[in-house]
Amino acid sequence: MNWLIDFFGNPDNWSGSDGIPVRLLQHVEFSVLAFAIAALIALPLGLLIGHTGRGGVIVVLSANAARALPTLGLLVLVVLLIGVGTIWPVLIPLVALAIPPILVNTYEGIRGVDADLRDAAYGMGLRGPQVLFRALVPVALPLILLGLRLAAIQVVATATVAAYVGLGGLGRYIIDGLATKDYPSVFGGAVLVVLLALAVQFGFALLHRVIVSPGVRQVR
Amino acid sequence: MDEPLVRWDWIARNWDNGSPLAIRTLLENHVVMAFAPVLFGLLLALPIGLACARWRLLYQPATAVMNIVYAMPSLALFSILLSVTGLTQTTVIIPLTLFSLAVLIPAVVDGMTSVPDHVRQSAVAMGFRPLRRLLQVELPIATPVVLAGVRVATVASISLVSVGALIGQGGLGALFTDGWQRQFYTPIIVGIALIVLLAVGADLVLIALQRLLTPWSRARRSA
Repeated sequence: MNWLIDFFGNPDNWSGSDGIPVRLLQHVEFSVLAFAIAALIALPLGLLIGHTGRGGVIVVLSANAARALPTLGLLVLVVLLIGVGTIWPVLIPLVALAIPPILVNTYEGIRGVDADLRDAAYGMGLRGPQVLFRALVPVALPLILLGLRLAAIQVVATATVAAYVGLGGLGRYIIDGLATKDYPSVFGGAVLVVLLALAVQFGFALLHRVIVSPGVRQVR
Repeated sequence: MDEPLVRWDWIARNWDNGSPLAIRTLLENHVVMAFAPVLFGLLLALPIGLACARWRLLYQPATAVMNIVYAMPSLALFSILLSVTGLTQTTVIIPLTLFSLAVLIPAVVDGMTSVPDHVRQSAVAMGFRPLRRLLQVELPIATPVVLAGVRVATVASISLVSVGALIGQGGLGALFTDGWQRQFYTPIIVGIALIVLLAVGADLVLIALQRLLTPWSRARRSA
């Protein structure tokens, strides 16, 4: 507890280029970027294979294998290969981390929609894309949101590792603190990342409440 | 490109050379730190999950706690524990056990929920008492769902151990920090390859285990 007071009570930690606001913004910046890129890739792909049913097994299998990719290893390798001039090298492992949960949950969500409902939508004269976006997506939304939430949390949590290759973000407090045995900094950094991840969690709970149809919410 | 991506002779020289950074030693440490959390997690998740499935009121708070745990970055937990358990494998195993729990408790609860009500009632009608009903009827039916959770937890655990390298206990993750410090590709690639192979291998074993444990699910499909 004293460590936390040392860290958060120190005015130096609240200003300047290594102050909490700056570090927090950096952390949010590359988390959001990585998450957005992953969602742009995985959401359409998941919807497509879920709707057409083609290539689903292969995609799910390879997504599961991709989950095994160690982010730290990927990060170190990509940065060694490309260099740290920009933040793009750091984004690659984070995007790779975020794609599998979004892709698999979107696919499973669309696949899991009751076949009767799908048939009913076609029977009412909806066409392929209309069936997808007006009938399947609303029903699959809870699962799709779950995938997005898991991905977002993992990105926020893992972006801490980016500090190891010299990038900013909240991980700096942890990595630098470990290097200099500055435990208040390690603790404070850890607490900040946890708080940020909880904020993301809360945001998604709120989003779920707003955009998931009440009828669908009842079933789950 | 003067430096090749993989120096095969380096792998041969460092496979089992007796140093603490020998690939074989790291692999063994990695296996211990990756599988112990899943095992402990399963042992803890079974009673907790069963309790949550039995008394649904417990499930909501348990899920809330697990969501918080899941949101914690592994590096943060490792470094916080470092001051308590020191530079030991325990420092890595405890947080990974918590992550496993966050995956396995919902899996156990979902597994128990997947037992159809008529099956449970049939068991009661046939005179199964609660314990025997649990062991012989409900748990076997829940097995596929629980094992699906075990697979996710295992792969995640194998991959996450490597982050421990940042606090000096990362199994194969040590190859990443080593490669980074020396700007040397080979250890990093060897580390990534071995971790992915380990995860895929463990996943295949678990799939085989599931086929072995639930022969009826195959029989039904082929019928």
